[in-house]
Amino acid sequence: MTTVEEPKTTTFDDNDQKPVGFGRMLRKEDPRLLRGRGRFTDDVQLPGMLHLAILRSPFAHARVVSVDTSAAEASPGVKAVVTGETLKGLGLAWMPTLSNDVQAVLATDKVRFQGQEVAFVVAEDRYAARDALELIDVEYEVLDPVIDVRQALAPDAPLIRDDLEGKTNNHCFDWETGDADETEAVFARADVVVKQDIVYPRVHPAPMETCGAVADFDAVEGRLRLWSTTQAPHAHRTLYAIVAGLPEHKIQVIAPDIGGGFGNKVPIYPGYVCAIVGSIVTGKPVKWMEDRSENLISTGFARDYIMRGEIAATRDGKILAIRTNVLADHGAFNGTAAPVKYPAGFFGVFTGSYDIEAAYCKMTAVYTNKAPGGVAYACSFRITEAVYLVERIVDCLAAELQMDPAELRLKNFIQPDQFPYTTKTGWVYDSGNYEPTMRQAMEIAGYAELRREQEEKRARGELMGIGISFFTEAVGAGPRKNMDILGLGMADGCELRVHPTGKAVVRLSVKTQGQGHETTFAQIVAEEIGIPPADIEVVHGDTDQTPFGLGTYGSRSTPVSGAAAALVARKVRDKAQLIASAMLEVTVADLEWVKGSFQVKGDPAKAVTIQQIAMRAHGAGDLPDGVEGGLEAQICYNPSNLTYPHGAYICVVDIDPGTAQVKVRRFIAVDDCGTRINPMIIEGQVHGGLTDGVGMALMEMISFDEDGNCLGASLMDYLIPTSLEVPDWETGYTVTPSPHHPIGAKGVGESATVGSPPAIVNAVVDALQPYGVRHADMPLTPSRVWDAMRGRATPPI
Amino acid sequence: MQVPAPFEYERATSVDQAIGLLERLGSSARLVAGGHSLLPMMKLRLANFDYLIDINPLHAELGYIRPVGDEVRIGALTRHRELLESDELAAAFPIFRDAERVIADPVVRNRGTLGGSLCQADPSEDLSAVCTTLDARCVIRGPGGAERVVTMEEFHVGPYETAVGDDEMLTEIRLPLRPGGGSAYEKVERRAGDWAVVSAGAAVWLAADGTITDARVGLAAVGPNTTGIPEVSAALRGREPAEDLYEQAGAIAARSCDPATDQRGSADYKRHLADELTRRTLRTAVARARS
Ligand SMILES: Cc1cc2nc3c(=O)[nH]c(=O)nc-3n(C[C@H](O)[C@H](O)[C@H](O)COP(=O)(O)OP(=O)(O)OC[C@H]3O[C@@H](n4cnc5c(N)ncnc54)[C@H](O)[C@@H]3O)c2cc1C
Repeated sequence: MTTVEEPKTTTFDDNDQKPVGFGRMLRKEDPRLLRGRGRFTDDVQLPGMLHLAILRSPFAHARVVSVDTSAAEASPGVKAVVTGETLKGLGLAWMPTLSNDVQAVLATDKVRFQGQEVAFVVAEDRYAARDALELIDVEYEVLDPVIDVRQALAPDAPLIRDDLEGKTNNHCFDWETGDADETEAVFARADVVVKQDIVYPRVHPAPMETCGAVADFDAVEGRLRLWSTTQAPHAHRTLYAIVAGLPEHKIQVIAPDIGGGFGNKVPIYPGYVCAIVGSIVTGKPVKWMEDRSENLISTGFARDYIMRGEIAATRDGKILAIRTNVLADHGAFNGTAAPVKYPAGFFGVFTGSYDIEAAYCKMTAVYTNKAPGGVAYACSFRITEAVYLVERIVDCLAAELQMDPAELRLKNFIQPDQFPYTTKTGWVYDSGNYEPTMRQAMEIAGYAELRREQEEKRARGELMGIGISFFTEAVGAGPRKNMDILGLGMADGCELRVHPTGKAVVRLSVKTQGQGHETTFAQIVAEEIGIPPADIEVVHGDTDQTPFGLGTYGSRSTPVSGAAAALVARKVRDKAQLIASAMLEVTVADLEWVKGSFQVKGDPAKAVTIQQIAMRAHGAGDLPDGVEGGLEAQICYNPSNLTYPHGAYICVVDIDPGTAQVKVRRFIAVDDCGTRINPMIIEGQVHGGLTDGVGMALMEMISFDEDGNCLGASLMDYLIPTSLEVPDWETGYTVTPSPHHPIGAKGVGESATVGSPPAIVNAVVDALQPYGVRHADMPLTPSRVWDAMRGRATPPI
Repeated sequence: MQVPAPFEYERATSVDQAIGLLERLGSSARLVAGGHSLLPMMKLRLANFDYLIDINPLHAELGYIRPVGDEVRIGALTRHRELLESDELAAAFPIFRDAERVIADPVVRNRGTLGGSLCQADPSEDLSAVCTTLDARCVIRGPGGAERVVTMEEFHVGPYETAVGDDEMLTEIRLPLRPGGGSAYEKVERRAGDWAVVSAGAAVWLAADGTITDARVGLAAVGPNTTGIPEVSAALRGREPAEDLYEQAGAIAARSCDPATDQRGSADYKRHLADELTRRTLRTAVARARS
């Protein structure tokens, strides 16, 4: 186990003493990105490149009667117009989704959500392509849509998926976990039972860069190069090979710089396939870049769970059991990105951080006439919903018991000596020490003082609320014995090569979308082999340049690929030790590793640096018997378990009683992500996630009118937070390393997005206690808060 | 990137040349000022025009804040940022700075103009509410240099509709300066830079004895256009400023407006805000008039 003393600095200046390993340092990728020298998909320009625009359905549910493309084809600059019928001829009208469903690439029979792809135009420039869309004449026969998810299974509900053999209703899947009878028995004998209906509305990842691709098919070589906004280039390449029947070795997927993903760039979208088809039919490179509205209305949404939470406890506040029933809206096609055996993602961790006796969840998922998806939007595969449920219902219990919510949580935590802890739904929490994390958050907040202040303010009629959430996440999917995506195991490859002069290149299967991989992974390797991070190039995002692995989402990069990077570096170090023993003419056992060099035990003057060893590995002269030249290694890491980061968040809000506007005054986040590699990057991840949480709690929601029109089709309608809505974040940390991860790191990419919404909602509900409010659903816009104050809180859907 | 339909573009060289072009091209042409309302609509293809006449080259001529006699005159091309930063304007009508601080963001404020805001005639436009509150007059110029001056009530003829004809241009806003005045603006928004859920402006003029000689309230986002409420003025005139009077004014405001339920909030809530914000802005306006 390696941990280092963290320099106590709060400045964001670069460290003079750049760490050779873990520690605070500026990001290696930032000079390029900050100077506008990043290279994003839309920056790719190829000779003769054409532009593609997609015609989308204005209706949520309609039969496609006919598509007339003749006027569009005659429009100036147009090279090709392709419809569903054309694709049908090529066997490409439908494609598999990440959840073993199928999704239309271009509609042939019906359109099933507003914004669905109907046809595309390839033209000389983006304007000509877009103009020609207006000339495509589609005749629709409008059908009744299924918009109200609660009515999706009603006997008279219109059938959405008549493309599926034998389908007679809108049922998507059922899923359950835990023990229903055992849970019922515990509920039956509990002193106190609290029930609460809780909605986690549909939200959208809304990355700054929309999705897009440049496809370049070389008909002579039979070779496809595809630049695309993908968080998972290798998985995509294999799926293209399977779907399009192109040989995998002839496909190169390149994910260049990505302007934010948040799960939005995990699925394969029809647009990518259209770009490939466009290039095949025109024989030219074809660019497709989605516009903002297209991104918001058609690409992977997240959440959309209607939950009933129930919690059972003793009168003195011992939580006994948690039970939930979930209605999940999966939209028109089940495009959930999750390991296939986990249709509800990792929602099973809804038992939270508490040692309870029984738990049970029953979920029903349905199809509706809304955009498909259910992506891991910074949610670690539905953990966001699970944590929101448990942290909200625990607060409801605290209110019922008239107990302080911090005290209630402290009383029920899983204790440090219970780890590894198997939950009642079968998850094995690897490590945790919750109380110190909670206490630290309370200390930073000045919890007791805040409660006193609140009491005084309440006496004056002012509305102040304090909200707590404590979360445990399950990240780093995952062990290949039970986790795969469409049959692809979730293990990650990694390759490390040390050049003769002691510089190195590490090749990753994961792909940054802004998380700082080029720095973090250089630091992981640096920590293990003592080469400074500046001397380590991190290569990622290009399937021709990197080993196979499943990509970056679900906070999996550090838990999986981070482990791979550490282990591959150790492999290189082991080889370096063999070479060092020859160089120093001692046995391997006589050498000790002092970061950056091997020394003869007891004689530090006799030492060789990793750089000297690298030169020797490539240089003249014999190497020890059985040792090949070169200094490199490769590995494929299969995690033995997930990792379980945790954190304690406290939010303080003030509400204007006259306008019901919520102001987040303070937010304290104490995170435990195990070993901390670059604290600055961790803080960045936390700050971003917390901001995201403020957005979801207070303003974000993709809603629909009764005809299925998406009401969030622009950033004027779908609000995302700005710096003015958020306070100065107050962060802290504890370190409980993962016992099975080679460096003890747990992943932090989504912790704050997962943990913050319940803290904010709990704070708002706490502030509204004088009005007798026990629950109010997100988004807590002024109007919805005002409704709650009037005793008229309504679910948003 | 959202791309607009094809259009022709011409830069104006003078007000009369721009009007001449409008006269010739008719309803297929549009002036573009800051472009922050027009271009988003064109990119979304909610509006398509064959010709855009860019009046930004006329900024030297039409960008000004100028006291003339008992009026403050503001040129139609005066940008949000200039309105925000003008100390002169803030001294005469603090409502402007209140409003400008909550309009959009710096990028929009750097380009967007007073004239564009009024001509857009969006029911949520903050500057329209400000001008309604201040009883502004709008100077409209047509072919041959013909000018007419209309009130805000006459200027806005419906949502997104104004009294400006196809071959006319708004050139100036005139704000009457009266003694003993104070004004204020408040807006409730879901997020910084968002359009108003509801916003309210208030202006009061006090006599030497402290009674209200005149008062006006303008509301945004609660009806087809930003609304001035004569009944509020009538209720306040001649009265001593006091909490119960503001309450009365608030109740009238809530009653007189016509909000719709949408994603920004329920009609009930908006009505409540009309009341709440009317009271708040009157309170501030009176305090400012007194100081
Ligand atoms: C992100 C964003 C947020 C915003 N938030 C707010 C907000 O919170 N509150 C708010 O009030 N506004 C807001 N706006 C609108 C902003 O204030 C615009 O700048 C303003 O509405 C229009 O001014 P403009 O100069 O950009 O007009 P333009 O877009 O150039 O023109 C608008 C219309 O007016 C016409 N026009 C312009 N000038 C004249 C003239 N002199 N004579 C005749 N017709 C003319 C044009 O032909 C066009 O039809 C926002 C805009 C954006 C993009």
